[in-house]
Amino acid sequence: MSPGTLAAGGAAPPKERQRRKAGKGAAKQLLGILGIIGFLATWELIPRLGLIDERFLPPASEVIAALVVDFGLTAFWVAVGETMKAWFLGLLMAVAAAVLLGFIIGSSDFLRKATNSTIEFLRPIPSVALIPLAVLLFGVKIESSLLLIVYASFWQVLIQVLYGVADVDMVANNTAKTYGLGRMARIRYVVFPTALPYLMTGVRLAAAVALVLAITAELVIGSPGLGREIALAQSGGAISGMYALVLATGLIGVLINMLMRQIEKRILGWHSSIRSEVIV
Amino acid sequence: MRTARNIGYILGLPVLLVLVWWLSTLGSVNFFVPKPADLVETFGEVWFGDRFFSDVLPSLGRLVVGVAVAILIGVVGGVLIGSVRWLRALLEPTLEFFRAIPPPVLVPVLMLLMGITDSMKVMVIISGCVWPVLLNTIEGVRAVDPVLSDSAHTYGISGWARVRYLVLPSASPQIMAGVRQSLSLGLILMVISEMFASSSGLGFTIVQFQRSFAIPEMWSGIVVLGLLGVAMSFIFQWAERNILRWYHGQKEVENAA
Repeated sequence: MSPGTLAAGGAAPPKERQRRKAGKGAAKQLLGILGIIGFLATWELIPRLGLIDERFLPPASEVIAALVVDFGLTAFWVAVGETMKAWFLGLLMAVAAAVLLGFIIGSSDFLRKATNSTIEFLRPIPSVALIPLAVLLFGVKIESSLLLIVYASFWQVLIQVLYGVADVDMVANNTAKTYGLGRMARIRYVVFPTALPYLMTGVRLAAAVALVLAITAELVIGSPGLGREIALAQSGGAISGMYALVLATGLIGVLINMLMRQIEKRILGWHSSIRSEVIV
Repeated sequence: MRTARNIGYILGLPVLLVLVWWLSTLGSVNFFVPKPADLVETFGEVWFGDRFFSDVLPSLGRLVVGVAVAILIGVVGGVLIGSVRWLRALLEPTLEFFRAIPPPVLVPVLMLLMGITDSMKVMVIISGCVWPVLLNTIEGVRAVDPVLSDSAHTYGISGWARVRYLVLPSASPQIMAGVRQSLSLGLILMVISEMFASSSGLGFTIVQFQRSFAIPEMWSGIVVLGLLGVAMSFIFQWAERNILRWYHGQKEVENAA
């Protein structure tokens, strides 16, 4: 059945249904915006009414003003740049290593069984356990952040790739074999497309984890970036500035989530899990 | 024969790795890489003494309390928000924003608001771990099978009974996925809150070793954190298997069909 017949067979004419849906979506968005405004108003009122001392929790308006000032400062954008650089490099290295190892381990039954216990043991080790090691090896340089980021994101991607490679349809694989496709061609045309949705899930999870670890490394170790600026602002008593930077990290987090979802949609446009979302 | 081979698969690679480590440090005097035997010895000395009671247990206590409270808040709040449509639309963007904030930045914020206390550290764990559980619960509650929901309605099942026998079970796979994320986050936050601001606890002790260049001791601390992570993951898997037994069974039947 083609998408066209599906839509035409529905109860309401497609156009009207679309309009009704759009109206519902708009109402939902409006409520969402109301929620954000409500949250900001509550935040504004709590220090203004003296429930929490203004020195410790400045009102929302002050923090947002500080954030706007930050947007005009080169130092702020340098810090953002450092954080994003660590995030991107770390994620890239983790994904590259995990994809390579994942395909090698996943395509051999022996390797999969032999590595299983080691992977299950190494995976849950919290990457913050490596902080002292990172400090000893690299000090406050970006390599410290990278060590933590790569370790944490690597497992997220590797596990997903292993699941993905294991999910290959035996019939498809045997068909490809019968048609004389070599090992590399089968990996390219059978295994890779099957594993791709899993890989994208892993990358999306890893992107979020990588940001957390980038900020953590900067905060605790003091490698350059937003996290260090937060620690500095806190110890320097620039309280509105600190809250502004916390807001900025949240915004970066939201942007990364949106970006990853867009990339996933673009790359997996052909896959049924995305296609069905579009039709319904 | 088969079990022997399985044991070989499970132990083969770890044994090989330890062997490589042992051989490569046999003649070396590298300051940073301890020998396996030294590490085991230090591990026993450092962690099975007073330190177990003064650092390990308090840390674990904070972790357990923090994660438990976060799960409770997350599930209760999630069921509430998930079942009321307008409330969900109202709060969802704000909650998404809170989830996107990297939890470690809460350490300096809460330090400011609450001072350096035990309750601050528990609060850090709670405020970081609550989001995955909360948002996953909302998602799970929203996705309750409409046929089941209508049937329950027809049978006059409402209120607490509806939550207990319909909403919670059908959301439980999602809730467990959230709990799994929270557990590993909780461990990270426990360590960070102690590294950043503390005079006791696992995180503090390990950083202290590193600052005084007590390298084997530092490594033994890393091993403790690793073992803790592994232990938590095993406990979680055991709990999940028991709680979601019906769900995995159902999946198997569906896949077989």
